Amino acid sequence: MIGSGPIVIGQAAEFDYAGTQACKSLKEEGHEVVLINSNPATIMTDWNVADALYIEPLTPEFCERVIARERPDAVLPTLGGQTGLNLATELADRGVLETYGVRLLGTPLSAIRKAEDREEFRDLMRQIKEPVPESWIIESEAQLEAVLEVVPYPCIIRPAYTLGGTGGGIANTREELWETGRKGLKLSMRSQLMVERSLLGWKEVEYEVMRDSAGNCITVCNMENLDPMGVHTGDSIVVAPSQTLSDIEYHMLRTASLKIIQALGIEGGCNVQLAVNPDSFDYYVIEVNPRVSRSSALASKATGYPIARVAAKIAVGRTLDQIDNQVTGTTKACFEPALDYCVVKIPRWPFDKFATGDRNLFTQMKATGEVMAIDRTFESALMKAIRGLEVRSKDLRHPKTQAFTDEELRHAIGKPTDERLWALVEGLRRGWGVDEVNRLSRVDRWFLRKLAKLLAVEERLLAARTGSSEAVDALVSEAFLIGFPSVSIGALLGIDDDRLDPGFRAAAKGAIEAQKVLPVFKMVDTCAGEFESATPYYYGTFEDEDDAFAVASS
Amino acid sequence: MRYLLLSDGTVYSGAPLGADADAIGEVVFNTGMTGYQEVLSDPSYAGQIVLFTYPLIGNYGINADDFESARLQAAGVVVKEACDAPSNWRSTRLLHDLLKERGLVGIQGVDTRAITKRIRSGGVAMGMITDRNPEDAFGDLRAARTYDETDFVERVTTKSPYAWGYAGFERIDEPMAEYRRRLVVLDCGLKYNILRRFAALGCRSIVLPATTPADEVLGWEPDGVLFSPGPGDPARLPTIVQTARDLLGKTPIFGICLGNQILCQALGGRTFKLKFGHRGANHPVQDLRTGKVTITSQNHGYAVDPSSLPSGLAEVTQLNVNDGTVEGIRAKDFDATSIQYHPEAAPGPWDSRPYFAEFVEKMGAGRR
Repeated sequence: MIGSGPIVIGQAAEFDYAGTQACKSLKEEGHEVVLINSNPATIMTDWNVADALYIEPLTPEFCERVIARERPDAVLPTLGGQTGLNLATELADRGVLETYGVRLLGTPLSAIRKAEDREEFRDLMRQIKEPVPESWIIESEAQLEAVLEVVPYPCIIRPAYTLGGTGGGIANTREELWETGRKGLKLSMRSQLMVERSLLGWKEVEYEVMRDSAGNCITVCNMENLDPMGVHTGDSIVVAPSQTLSDIEYHMLRTASLKIIQALGIEGGCNVQLAVNPDSFDYYVIEVNPRVSRSSALASKATGYPIARVAAKIAVGRTLDQIDNQVTGTTKACFEPALDYCVVKIPRWPFDKFATGDRNLFTQMKATGEVMAIDRTFESALMKAIRGLEVRSKDLRHPKTQAFTDEELRHAIGKPTDERLWALVEGLRRGWGVDEVNRLSRVDRWFLRKLAKLLAVEERLLAARTGSSEAVDALVSEAFLIGFPSVSIGALLGIDDDRLDPGFRAAAKGAIEAQKVLPVFKMVDTCAGEFESATPYYYGTFEDEDDAFAVASS
Repeated sequence: MRYLLLSDGTVYSGAPLGADADAIGEVVFNTGMTGYQEVLSDPSYAGQIVLFTYPLIGNYGINADDFESARLQAAGVVVKEACDAPSNWRSTRLLHDLLKERGLVGIQGVDTRAITKRIRSGGVAMGMITDRNPEDAFGDLRAARTYDETDFVERVTTKSPYAWGYAGFERIDEPMAEYRRRLVVLDCGLKYNILRRFAALGCRSIVLPATTPADEVLGWEPDGVLFSPGPGDPARLPTIVQTARDLLGKTPIFGICLGNQILCQALGGRTFKLKFGHRGANHPVQDLRTGKVTITSQNHGYAVDPSSLPSGLAEVTQLNVNDGTVEGIRAKDFDATSIQYHPEAAPGPWDSRPYFAEFVEKMGAGRR
């Protein structure tokens, strides 16, 4: 097993999670696992995870020494993120694997190249008739110079074989393309980058798909980015499952994703990113991650489907119908999870630590982590996620964006940053309307209307300060139900505001403390309650029935 | 306040959705995360109150194209949250408005997961959606005819023959184009997408009432006959089973869903009721001939008992990976094949679309 190495911007702890699952999964299958990882501050380097552990630099030289000493039968590179994949590619290129007779498990390298090499990928997509955006492959400065006049602006720059889209960006002018393009060429492991037609404003949708060596394919889940195309998906607010796709659209894109994983011959997990025209059935395939990725970690947690565990078993030759669904304990891994809740992921950016960093978001990922929240409605999942961020804002209020002039706000809505969510809200708060905020941001109206719904509750809480205290009880319950935390409800009602009537403040405080609605815990069980589940996990929500059961005390 | 009552005495309270009336039906759950418009207009849901386990229903609105029949067919609908501000480029209206206009009664704001778990453990049950005091309404629910005792096919089948070609409905005596094959469909509760899939492969479909006798079917000189999906207990359809029996060996026969159960009975098999059925878009099915597993769209409350199929006459070709129930059979001598799930999807995955091509190929082989 090649581990994920250091946690860096663009690659967080998700590969530790995947690698740990994979080690356990391989041991379950009766294999002895040797792990090499340069990062000792991970779960996978705990004593009980692998059978033998090497904390060494993740370089071909060190890897070769470990291989020489341990003489493993096989290497599994597709679970350690791009680091593991690049390392395995180098080991294969240098003939190390051949010398020691080490098999490469999981997706064949040829398939990985086909997915990662921009030109080979585009050729394959053309063969299977899947649409890819108009693009130009650049492998030298001379080629870059030659296309400056040809490409439509704005355009997207995507270097090949880099982490989290490092070196990529959007170019609005020839000068910007020249600057960013040259930088990208230097950063790409193979001096290759792609300049692509911009699909700014299109919906971005992802599918997490799995395939086994027998050719069985399934979708673990799909995800819709709140932020339209133009922001790296790692920097986007993401919901699962998709919310604004009809059944035909959902399955059109699902079919495309399965066709792609089949054509590539992936054995394991794979992530397919698609751009979807918000006004037609048109879509483009943007890219494919031929390995367990950050999105897989999210999809795993969002659905209960252990992608890395299953991918590891596929790598050693098992097929999906032979692998158990560990969560239910009764069904197989060859199925597609059904969600009966809504998942919201918000990235966590380090701008509190890098106060002078450029907060603009584009195709190069800047987030260092993410929070995921689950609830029965989008509103409450979003509110939970905001709280989970541990930023200053605990709800929809945000002093900085609220202080913007209209012009500043218009800019903040149009240009993605870590604070855009609050800028969208502020636009609605100023009465600009869903259509105008949608025009400025291209964020789908569905999301904006949900924000407006939350905002309406915020406004009523604020308005209640001057009203009668009788209505407060019902309003407080309503605010809890839609996802406001008690601290926000208290602040909005002004319970600590000396200028307000003490009688009202006492009543409001009482209403919050007496919280009439109590949370229950519902299962993430992969099957929307269709089957009983042996080892599910839970999320809190305001509903009638509790899925959790008391453990008998001894 | 609106209530959902279950025949075991449970009461759930929620808010009104759709039409204001009483609705009685068998309460079933569907685990698909999209496709509510298709489900509610699918005749196979006649007599059933459909609960969607996905909590946010109506997100992408209602459009003009995704109806699977001319009416809303379900008896009622249960959701956690019905979206009142949908967003999709094809959306023309709200789910609530459609339900109201077509007189379909719904309830929202209930703990759909709690109800799902009850159905899972207790099996499907008769239920009622009402605005009346539950105590008063229970009498009506208990007095109502149960799902299993009701004949639904006669309610949903077409009253008169019609044809479907490349552009949809067309005059039965006047094909709009040249077609590769002519299929006769016995409509037990057909979904439009079955006709669309056949048309996409160059087939003209002649759709006949479910009780059309075999000689009349053959009078249309079909290249093949399809027994369609449909609602209700398959054991209540002796006339249609007899038609299938009469047709065996005379023309290639295909069955989808209820059509599979009809064909199996014609071959001598029996069906039984599943505890809570299969309804959703994520059911794995293994093809025993190739070992390959595909994810299928399913909607059935009954299954074929494999031990009842006469060996030598019929062979099980596909099985459900979750519970091992029969998903497809073949009667080689009669050139008859059928599947229990929905290759036409709508809603659901498109993985099993190739079966339509397989059907069409068989129709070619049967051509005189």
